[in-house]
Amino acid sequence: MRALVLAVPVVLFASSAVADPGPVTITIKDHAFVPAEVKIPAGAKVELTIRNEQAVPAEFESASLHREKVVSPGSAISVYVGPLQRGRYEFFDDFHPATRGVVVVE
Amino acid sequence: MLATAIIVFREVLEAALIVGIVMAATQGVSNRSLWVGGGIGGGALGAVVVAGFAETLAAAMAGIGQEVFNAAILFAAVAMLGWHNVWMRRHASELAGAANRLGAAVRAGTQPLWALGFAVGLAVLREGSEVVLFLYGIAAAGQDGAAAMALGGALGLVAGVAAGAAIYFGLVHIPMRHLFSVTGWLILLLAAGMASQGAAFLLQADLLPPLGQSLWDTSFLLSEQSLTGRVLHTLIGYTAQPAGIQLVFYLGTLLVIGGLMRLVGTPARAPRPNDAAAARRTQLQPGE
Repeated sequence: MRALVLAVPVVLFASSAVADPGPVTITIKDHAFVPAEVKIPAGAKVELTIRNEQAVPAEFESASLHREKVVSPGSAISVYVGPLQRGRYEFFDDFHPATRGVVVVE
Repeated sequence: MLATAIIVFREVLEAALIVGIVMAATQGVSNRSLWVGGGIGGGALGAVVVAGFAETLAAAMAGIGQEVFNAAILFAAVAMLGWHNVWMRRHASELAGAANRLGAAVRAGTQPLWALGFAVGLAVLREGSEVVLFLYGIAAAGQDGAAAMALGGALGLVAGVAAGAAIYFGLVHIPMRHLFSVTGWLILLLAAGMASQGAAFLLQADLLPPLGQSLWDTSFLLSEQSLTGRVLHTLIGYTAQPAGIQLVFYLGTLLVIGGLMRLVGTPARAPRPNDAAAARRTQLQPGE
């Protein structure tokens, strides 16, 4: 619980620090994320659009980002991430776990 | 084929563990197979429908339909499991005191079965819809032979069901007088883990604040993607990097269900209820 209390001011501070850098699009194609590495600024809230250009469904998932969302074939979903602290946040396709990518917050 | 089997196994595992615990928690109850079987069948049917509307669901509510739907299912399951536990605790003294324990369990156990049946149905619905989506996807793409896919899916299903059976047979070895107390704890932790997952979906939908992106990170010790990690994720809500809001919902669920259990019943392990507890029990009985 102490960690929780300590974390609150960090989040509040971070959310007011950086302007929205605009949406970022990631495409899933031939079991690969394109781009596989996305850079976003620390402390910003960023909209990620995941577009699935495969014939099979995908599930965009990340333990560190707390995101888990099914992307039907030929469609796109949006998730907001952040405000985040600096670091690497990995994500993957839960229906094809070898398909991986990373959000780099800097 | 093996990849198909592994993914189906993973999705089936969560629902199978829940079914295994529910079966143990209803040990000795006469028509439990009807309720649990009905829950599995209804959930599987629902899973096919949900998978068919996956795209519509994702686009609903300005793009947060999937999150809200998942959270609603999880919280409904939490309510069902919690209700079962509170009901069981209220009748715990009756169960323990009865001369014919099995007979009492049958009488007392018939009532909360719909709650557990629903909880099973919701778990199967949520996990099953992903299995259906996944299998339908590879069938439609034709990238795997139909026979190989069917075999992989069946293997995954069998392995998942075996895990559920393993937890069931492990639990029913526990002597009857301790069994319901053990399954009560398991169901309480199951519910808390589900509430934490539900909170994560509402956080993803931006309907709740994170209250700390990651309170801690134990992924170097136990990854959530590993088999043990997944089993513990289902059983006790293990999360390698929990957001603050998840911990709030986890502890909140433990406190609310645990508090209600304390409020309505005598402690399960007290063989000699004191006078106050006995009086309270008498008051409770006429209302049933």
